[in-house]
Amino acid sequence: MFKLTLEDLERIKQKTASAMALRLGKPRATITVHLGTCGIAAGAREVMQALLSELSASNRSDVRVLAAGCLGNCASEPNVTVAVEGSEPVVYQKMDPDKVQRVFQRHILDGEVLREFVLSR
Amino acid sequence: MRELSLHILDIAENGIRAGADRLLIHVEESSADDRLTLSVEDNGHGMPEEKIRHIDDPFVTTRRTRRVGLGLSLLASAARRCQGDISVEARHEKGTRVTATFCRSHIDRAPLGDMAATMEVLIMGNPHIDFRYTHRVDGKGFVLDTRDLKTELGGLSLGDPTVVRYVSDVMRRALEELAAGSNLTPPMEDADV
Repeated sequence: MFKLTLEDLERIKQKTASAMALRLGKPRATITVHLGTCGIAAGAREVMQALLSELSASNRSDVRVLAAGCLGNCASEPNVTVAVEGSEPVVYQKMDPDKVQRVFQRHILDGEVLREFVLSR
Repeated sequence: MRELSLHILDIAENGIRAGADRLLIHVEESSADDRLTLSVEDNGHGMPEEKIRHIDDPFVTTRRTRRVGLGLSLLASAARRCQGDISVEARHEKGTRVTATFCRSHIDRAPLGDMAATMEVLIMGNPHIDFRYTHRVDGKGFVLDTRDLKTELGGLSLGDPTVVRYVSDVMRRALEELAAGSNLTPPMEDADV
């Protein structure tokens, strides 16, 4: 049976204390990882894990990382959609843990779209 | 798919797209029967009879974003390749249960892989859904239920990436202990040579 120990809880609390209160607010940016069969087979799970690491390290409480289904562009998976409040959503293609880390740092943190990774329609 | 845990992620996401708010994932390994069974059960809107009859056909899908369905047919062929089978029980508006069995020691069976990563991504990506993951190896068990976890965590949220990462790390260690304490031979991790 899986049980968190009191020690575990204390450790988690220390790590998250600063971000907690802020995270309850409305998100300013939402990153959607498309977890269809095509995306998962192409490595979307690892892409999403990399995003969680970035999000956790950034302490940004106004950013959400969510899962969604296939976009219909299976050949360009893993696809990730970045929607920042006030601008049009941007779809990135052929992501991997390294590329998505750059997307997080440049697009989410610095507000700059990484044109070379954007899905062309 | 390189890992069975990726099939599980895929089938679970199907259930979520079908409007479920609770998912039960179960993995059972038995050395006596040399079997590995996995099941994913959701309380979403189910599948019509017609689609269930055609689960082996990759050109049958309930989706509208592309014209091929892949997930169930891939899992079906993975199971059948390993002297196993797949069954899909669905009731209209009452949910779906997908069960796949494998000969555990079959040379073509993909390793279960990183179930902690699959649960981490499911929990983080779908904050409004409750998950229960159970894993039994020769009778010894592991349970992770996000409903219980939410109570245990008190004020901490499963929407917080640091909390979810911590939970998945603890889970990964617990599953390693479960595997180490069993009589089963470890699966071949380098099966794709």
